[in-house]
Amino acid sequence: MGVIEDYGSTLLLLAILFGFFMAWGVGANDVANAMGTSVGSKAITIKQAILIAMVFEFAGAYLAGGEVTSTIRKGIVDPSLLANSPELLVYGMMASLLAAGTWLLVASIYGWPVSTTHSIVGAIVGFAAVGISPDAVQWGKVGEIVSSWVVSPVIAGTFAFVISLSIRRFIFGAPDAYVAAKRYLPVYLFFVGYMMSMVTLTKGLKHVGLHLSFEESLMYSVVVALFIVGLGVIGLSRIKRVTRSDQLDLVNVEKIFAVMMVFTACSMAFAHGSNDVANAIGPLAAVNSIIESGGVVGAKAATPSWILLLGGGGIVAGLALYGYRVIQTIGTHITELTPSSGFAAELAAATTVVVASGASLPISTTHTLVGAVLGVGLARGISALNLRVVGTIFVSWLVTLPAGAGLSILFFFLFKGIFGVG
Amino acid sequence: MPISPLFNQLFSRSPVAPMQEHMKVASQAAAEIKGYLDAVIDGDWVLAKTLGDHIVKLEDDADDMKRKIRLSLPRSLFMPVSRSDLLELLHAQDRIPNLAKDIVGLTIGRRMVIPAELAPAMRELVEWAVKPATVALEALNELDELITTGFSGKEVDLVSAMISRLDDVEHEADIKQRILTDQLFAMEKSLDPVDVMFFYRVIDWIGDLADKSQTVGNRMLYLIAR
Repeated sequence: MGVIEDYGSTLLLLAILFGFFMAWGVGANDVANAMGTSVGSKAITIKQAILIAMVFEFAGAYLAGGEVTSTIRKGIVDPSLLANSPELLVYGMMASLLAAGTWLLVASIYGWPVSTTHSIVGAIVGFAAVGISPDAVQWGKVGEIVSSWVVSPVIAGTFAFVISLSIRRFIFGAPDAYVAAKRYLPVYLFFVGYMMSMVTLTKGLKHVGLHLSFEESLMYSVVVALFIVGLGVIGLSRIKRVTRSDQLDLVNVEKIFAVMMVFTACSMAFAHGSNDVANAIGPLAAVNSIIESGGVVGAKAATPSWILLLGGGGIVAGLALYGYRVIQTIGTHITELTPSSGFAAELAAATTVVVASGASLPISTTHTLVGAVLGVGLARGISALNLRVVGTIFVSWLVTLPAGAGLSILFFFLFKGIFGVG
Repeated sequence: MPISPLFNQLFSRSPVAPMQEHMKVASQAAAEIKGYLDAVIDGDWVLAKTLGDHIVKLEDDADDMKRKIRLSLPRSLFMPVSRSDLLELLHAQDRIPNLAKDIVGLTIGRRMVIPAELAPAMRELVEWAVKPATVALEALNELDELITTGFSGKEVDLVSAMISRLDDVEHEADIKQRILTDQLFAMEKSLDPVDVMFFYRVIDWIGDLADKSQTVGNRMLYLIAR
């Protein structure tokens, strides 16, 4: 146990540093993808996007980020094998953070689209399988995670397709699309609000010390959803029909969707916070729990609040310092997305990601959103999509997993060499 | 740091706006034929030359735009309309300025003199023959709205109505063309045979302006009907 006692605080400090670095990277890169569609469809300005992202990323991370964090922390590596050498797990988690962060940085420099989720999972599996032993990896859980990477974009796409069709049927197909939009869109809002609060209440709030029964959660969720619908109705009532001519009426309808997209942007940021903050703080939480308990692996303690706060803070810092520019780039590029298609895509992606967060599955928010956008495209809602992106994603998969793993193996042995084995 | 987020690669530039720009130029070329032929009928070759040159320039511009649009439509593009339908539509649009240029070339090249007896019927035909291009442009300007609404609801009715109006205008132009050819037939013996031959041809081409504009409308129906 010598290493933990001798270098405990140094190691924790380093882990905090690496965790913050990783969270910074998530904020700088990943958040931009989540917010870019809203900015691109001109529903919100960049400043508003940053503000929304700051508040809701943080809220998502703090309120609903616990489940995925615990998967990253103790779902991939089997702690029982490491009971006698806790320092190996500490090195490994630190190596993973550093590896994923480095890989993210390199990828940003070259402009490759990589997923933070894929890098961190690749890194953890890498150090565990090579640095410790292949038996240390919980392959069943890893298989579950990897299959969720395939399933989540497909589900989001299907969902987006159905939402697009329903919007077409109930709103654009109505005799008066403007009236129909005002009537039906609050129903969609109720649905989003309900999903978000249900997942948060049933899965997320344990670490705050709030334990609710299923029925209570159900009830509170309905209350929260109704509150959101109320906000939406207030927002909608401020939209006035400008022109009444047949040809220009669509402008009015799209304005309504633009208001709705403020809500989906919030839920997108919340969903992203709930899932992706774990990539940064999951390993940190693991390191912290070992060092706090003086070398006990797999202590039952929940992820402490300060770590969630640190993750949220790192994301906000990355967003404020660097993400601004990325959002700007994306926002000015996506000029072909109308608020109604953006609404459908974000609604589908946010719901899928939040459900995944509730199921404690770390998935890629970006890939889920791409799946959703393709779903809207399949419903004939977007004028031109480049299908080569699907190939790009596939390649980034193939590269990111071994790259994250390779780097983390390297760093793992480096730390082992520096601090020694106790 | 160069930034190329995934989403920049996912969204391609929509071909819709360039298609609309192209049609705008095409319908302008058709519209300018009216002023041009007025000058020809009046025998004002100086004015005709200036107006004709501008029509030729419009045709050039349209050709340029057409080439750029074609290059921007790789097969990997995923669009709500079929790529080949869109290219067919573009082809139909491009026939309009081509015809306008041909009309200018033939009339200037032969310094074509329109017999005074035919002038009223000729002006009438020209007026109706250039109208469909304007209606076709109007319909094409709804293409982005069609995509927004996913080709459903009122928007489709609106465009269908425009296209049936296009058919009506084209039909009217057909009638004017028949009136003019009848008049020409009645007096053709008194004119120079070679002149008459080319005269028939230019009348055909003017009528074709309406025809090709109607084709644009029909191609748009293909897009809607998928």
